[in-house]
Amino acid sequence: MAGMEIGVGHYLSVSAALFVIGVFGIFVNRKNIIVILMAIELILLSVNINLVAFSVFNGTIVGQVFAMLVLTVAAAEAAVGLAILVVYFRNRGEIAVEDVNVLRG
Amino acid sequence: MQLIAFYILSTIVVLSALFVIAARNPVHSVLWLICAFFTSAGLLVLIGAEFLAMLLVVVYVGAVAVLFLFVVMMLDVDFVELKQGFLNYLPAGALVALALLAEIGVVAAAATFGGGASFDPKPDAATNAQALSKVLYTDYLLLFQMSGIVLLVAMMGAIVLTLRARAKVKRQDIAKQTGRKRKDAVELKDVRPGQGI
Repeated sequence: MAGMEIGVGHYLSVSAALFVIGVFGIFVNRKNIIVILMAIELILLSVNINLVAFSVFNGTIVGQVFAMLVLTVAAAEAAVGLAILVVYFRNRGEIAVEDVNVLRG
Repeated sequence: MQLIAFYILSTIVVLSALFVIAARNPVHSVLWLICAFFTSAGLLVLIGAEFLAMLLVVVYVGAVAVLFLFVVMMLDVDFVELKQGFLNYLPAGALVALALLAEIGVVAAAATFGGGASFDPKPDAATNAQALSKVLYTDYLLLFQMSGIVLLVAMMGAIVLTLRARAKVKRQDIAKQTGRKRKDAVELKDVRPGQGI
């Protein structure tokens, strides 16, 4: 990636930064599950950027197909996660998830 | 020129991702998330993956972010209280993030990527969307249909989770109405003169 060309390394750097920010967001927002879900979306976005970058710079289109599949799973995950969140809020009246131990035996 | 655009867009993406996890109000978080999605769509356009960029805008901004916005505004939660553990978790989170970054750096320094050789976003097709559809509808048809099933199951799951039957709501039951017989509803009483029922 010498000179003035965009290389795969540029995109991998952005993707790595997004991934680390997403993981960091999960750790610092332990109570707020909405922001945790958003951090997971950021992680999936970084994976998508990674897949597309490799697809483009290796000259095969297949990586973009897999990026579409990741996109699908991200949408499904957001829908189910938010549905669980709404049900949880309806039952408990709060969404502080730091001490969720209802399922503990 | 492309490199300048790349640096501007990637700076915006990283900054808005930081604001997503640092914002006090979750509504602001969602808005920064939308900003991050838009700019990363710009990043994808920059290397010629136009179809996926548009898909990113449609799916993430149009569906996922709006879903988040709906849920954030629907739930009546004290968000200031949720933000309180932020500084407590900051050292551990920073440690994990730095360790992760170091690991990624080590791997990236050791690996060689086969990039740069062929910068061809649309091999033997007119557009990126055409190239994508050529493999998506032939070689990867099964995966395409399975992702449709994933979406269907997720939709059914979300509906089943949030559906609730309320006891006090009165609904019209057509089968019950039409199945009603005369003997269930009308009773003849022989009332004697001078007496009540």
